[in-house]
Parts: sequence; structure tokens; C-alpha cells
Amino acid sequence: MKVEQISIFIENKSGRLAEVSRVLGDSGINIRALSLADTSDFGILRLIVDQTDKAKMVLKEHGFTVNKTEVVAVEVPDRPKGLCGILEILDANKINVEYMYAYVERSNSNAIIIFRFDQVEAAIKVLTEHDVVVLKGERIYTL
Amino acid sequence: MPLTKAHTYGLDNRIWDPVHECMEREGLRKLQFERLQTTLHRAYHKVPCYQKKFQEAKITPEDVRTLDDLSILPFTTKEDLRVNYPYGMFAVPMRDVVRIHSSSGTTGKPTVVGYSRNDLNTWTELVARFMTAAGVVEDDIVHIAFGYGLFTGAFGLHYGAERIGASVIPMSSGNTDKQLMIMQDYKSSALVCTPSYALTMVDRMETLGIDPKELDLRVGLFGAEPWSEEMRRELETRLDIIATDNYGMSEIMGPGISGDCLYRNGMHISEDHFIAEIIDPETGVVLPAGETGELVLTNITKEALPIIRYRTRDITRLDYSPCPCGRTTARMTKTMGRSDDMLIIKGVNVFPTQIEEVLFQAEGIEPHYQLIVERINNMDTLEVQVEVNEKIFFDEMKRQRAFVTQVEKQLASALGLSAKVKLVEPSSMPRHEGKAQRVIDRRKI
Repeated sequence: MKVEQISIFIENKSGRLAEVSRVLGDSGINIRALSLADTSDFGILRLIVDQTDKAKMVLKEHGFTVNKTEVVAVEVPDRPKGLCGILEILDANKINVEYMYAYVERSNSNAIIIFRFDQVEAAIKVLTEHDVVVLKGERIYTL
Repeated sequence: MPLTKAHTYGLDNRIWDPVHECMEREGLRKLQFERLQTTLHRAYHKVPCYQKKFQEAKITPEDVRTLDDLSILPFTTKEDLRVNYPYGMFAVPMRDVVRIHSSSGTTGKPTVVGYSRNDLNTWTELVARFMTAAGVVEDDIVHIAFGYGLFTGAFGLHYGAERIGASVIPMSSGNTDKQLMIMQDYKSSALVCTPSYALTMVDRMETLGIDPKELDLRVGLFGAEPWSEEMRRELETRLDIIATDNYGMSEIMGPGISGDCLYRNGMHISEDHFIAEIIDPETGVVLPAGETGELVLTNITKEALPIIRYRTRDITRLDYSPCPCGRTTARMTKTMGRSDDMLIIKGVNVFPTQIEEVLFQAEGIEPHYQLIVERINNMDTLEVQVEVNEKIFFDEMKRQRAFVTQVEKQLASALGLSAKVKLVEPSSMPRHEGKAQRVIDRRKI
């Protein structure tokens, strides 16, 4: 039920993002979703790709610092208050969201949101108990 | 440090030259004084620079009547060697000089040093002493990853190890992957290099998936640059060895002036060949035993290039208390920086090694760092650039920033000065296969 995500440390200087995408592209790796958190000095680029381990390996070979983390992909009804309903469930069960970002594609008529929780297992349990659709990793990589 | 840890690596407390290394102090002082007198006479009569210096100070060698009178003599500095470049300070004709080396001249002309046949023999003996003290024996395979050339490090250790009867691999520096292949295949058991290069090697081992514990390495002899106790612990843990320090400088002889025994509680100085003093670097006044200050060294057996009261610029402290290893010689602490590369930032004295200690205490930081000092709007700034690695890279910005803030706080409390910590991508800094350039001072003062 978990989705593998890679995080890459990026110094805040020109050409670094281009370099990441070039390295991945050259290895035939497709980026499925991304988010960038930045400060004036550095940024953390989070990616979901179709071949996680290979992506991590090629980036490391090119000198990048890469970590692998687990995130959760959740189907969110594509309508007003769709996201709100899910966040309320999480809040009621004291599950903290570290960060989240939207996935570019849709699943049926629903949007997909990627969540990073401090307690991944507990979050999945709570969401599924409330009939929220949590997507499998394989589905996200190949959607 | 207890010897038990060294024993687990099969390292024994052996002494190469017990007659001289374990001399009773009074006899040692007597020997020092006799040798000093001979050297002063030779320097005075054979080296115009010394004759001039002594005359200017209105001193003759006869005025030195006790060992303590050494303090009336003028100092020798690197500048003296530069002014007399290349051979002006030699006390023997060139036909008696059998080897020439040179210091790593970072500014201007290098300094040139020469050795007579006896000097080379002494040098080799003294290196054999500290290598034995570090646990090297005839069964060892000594992997020398210092650069061979004008630099004294490689040749010094090379001949000392041969004198012990160890098998020497004259690997030289650079090409880390090949170093590691040879280390694995030739079963190197003692590694000789700079401590920063040793760390570069461990990093590379991790990348290549080589387990240091699978290697035959049991002892490291690291020198040629100052390094902290934290770095020693890191090298010992990651390489699974005993890491020993040794000290030397080409102007005085090269490596072999002092080195750690297996107790690693200060480097034993070969006092039957060098007289060590500690002075206040500001005033030049000799400090009492146990005080921290600049090390001043005098050659008392060197033929080709006898140097009197050399200002090493290295800050250290001498300990004359008995060492459990049995040697009676004075021990110097690891050098705590140099009296001339001490940074003064916003009026605060900062040694790069102090910063290193803080960085090493922070979990996961590797020794790839650089200090950038700048002056912006008449205000000094210190930026500590640290290469990021998987252990200190967090997926969450909150934790990443907390990490940076925590290191900044620790630096501020250790230095009494605020410093900005900047995380940079790995391999941003030049990988050092020789001495690491830690400080970039962009101030125009």
C-alpha cells in the first residue's frame, strides 16, 4: 500500500534540476510525480519514478545524495471539500502530515494526492478503515 | 588509551632503540647539551647566516653554558631558508650532500633541505623508531600512499619501514581505486598517508562495497597535516585499525621528529636528536613545561643542515610525565593548528581544528568541509560548508533545517562566534589526495 519515493539533495545553483532530469532521462526513467521544497541554499527534490531503485543508483553514480522514503498515494474525490474530508479523518486520528503534493494524473474520476506521514502504517490503517482508496505502488509507477 | 585495544590487532609495545628512547632524563640532558655545543660551533663557523645572526645578537657559541642558555639564541624562520635559497644554509659542501628534498612551498619559493650520509642514516633510524612505536614489525606490509617526490613524507617512511624489515609498497598518492585493489590483493597491513586521504579511501571503500574489516589493515600512520582526536576515532572505527599520528617537517628532518606509541597519549619526541621548546608565539618567550604554545625545534645531530631554534608555527604542548610504554622522552600533543594559520574572525581566534571537532561530534558529518571567511560591509563572516551525505540528508525540510540550526548552535558555543552552516552537494570540494585545503579566506586585510 506504500509508494516508494526518492528524495534528492540539490544545491541552490543553476542547472542542478536539469541535471537530475537529464540523468534520469538518459537512463530511460520516467518521472511520475514531483515536488520541490527549497530554501535559499538548498532544495529537496522528491520524485516518484517508474524505476525507483535504478533511479537511485544512477543518481548516486552521478554524485547526488539520494534517500528512499515511503509515501502513501490516496484517491481524493475531485470535488469541493474532497481533500478536506480526508484531512479531517487524519486529524481526528492524530495522524500528522509531514507534507503532501498532487499527482499529475487521475484515477477514474478522482485526483491522486501523495502524502508523507510520520506514521505510515497507522495512516494507511485509518484511511482504509474509512474507505478511502489507498493506491498500490505498482499502480502509481505505471499509471 | 589502554593497550588492550592495540593488542586485539596484534600490535605489541616494542621499542626500536631502548638505549636512547628510554634514557634516564639527566643523562639525556647531558647528551643533548654535548650535541648542542658541537652543532652550534658547526653552524657558527660553516653557515654565514648563523654567524651573522649570532653576531647581531652579540653571542658566540661559548655563551651557551647550559641547556637552558639555548633561549638566548636567535630564532630561525622559514624566511631565513627562503633568503638563503637554495643551498645558503648548508653546513657541508655539496659533495657531502647525498639527498635533497624540498618543502611544500605554498607561497613563493620552496625551501630546500639537504642530507649527508649520516643524516640519512639518522633519519631512517628515527622513522624506524616511531613506526615501531606505532606497532609496525618486520611481518608488516607497509602501504605508502604519500606522494613520492620532493616531499619528505614518502621517502622518510619508506626507508624507515625497510630498516624495520617490513615489506614496503611504494604506492605513492592518487588513483584511489588502484590503491584499494592493491590494498586488498597485496594484503597491506599498515597504511601510511595523510588522515584526510585515509578518509577519502574509506569513503571510496563504502561506495565500492569493500568492507574495511575484511582487509588486513591493522595500523595507520597518519601525518603531514593536523587532525583531531575525533578524526582519529572516526578512522579507527571506520577502518577498524589503530590510528597513530606522527610529526615532522622537512626543514628539521622530515617525518621522525615525533610519533605516537600505542598508548596514543602524545607523540614521543626523539630528544637525543632534537631539542624542543615551547614559546609564546607573540613574545618569543620560552614557556614553562606543560604550557601550550608554539613548538621551537633545534637540530643537535644534523650535519648538512643544522637548524637552530626553528619556529615551527605549530601549536602544541609538551608532557614530560612518564609514559606507560617505557619511553622517557617528552611527548607533544597533537598539533592544535598553526600560530600563523590561526584565523581571527571578528577578533575571535579560531583554529580550523576546533571547527572540525564540532562537526565530528554532530552525528553523521563526514570530514569534507571547507571554511569560507569573507568580509561583507566591514563585518567578518564565517561560513562552514559541509558536504551532505545520506546520513545527514532528510526527506523532511523541518528536520533538515533543524540539523543545520543545531550544528550552527554548537559552533557558536564552541567558537564564541556565529557561523553559518551551508550544506553543499557531495564532491563539491576538491578531493584531497595530499593536504586538504580547509580554509578559504577571501578577506582583503
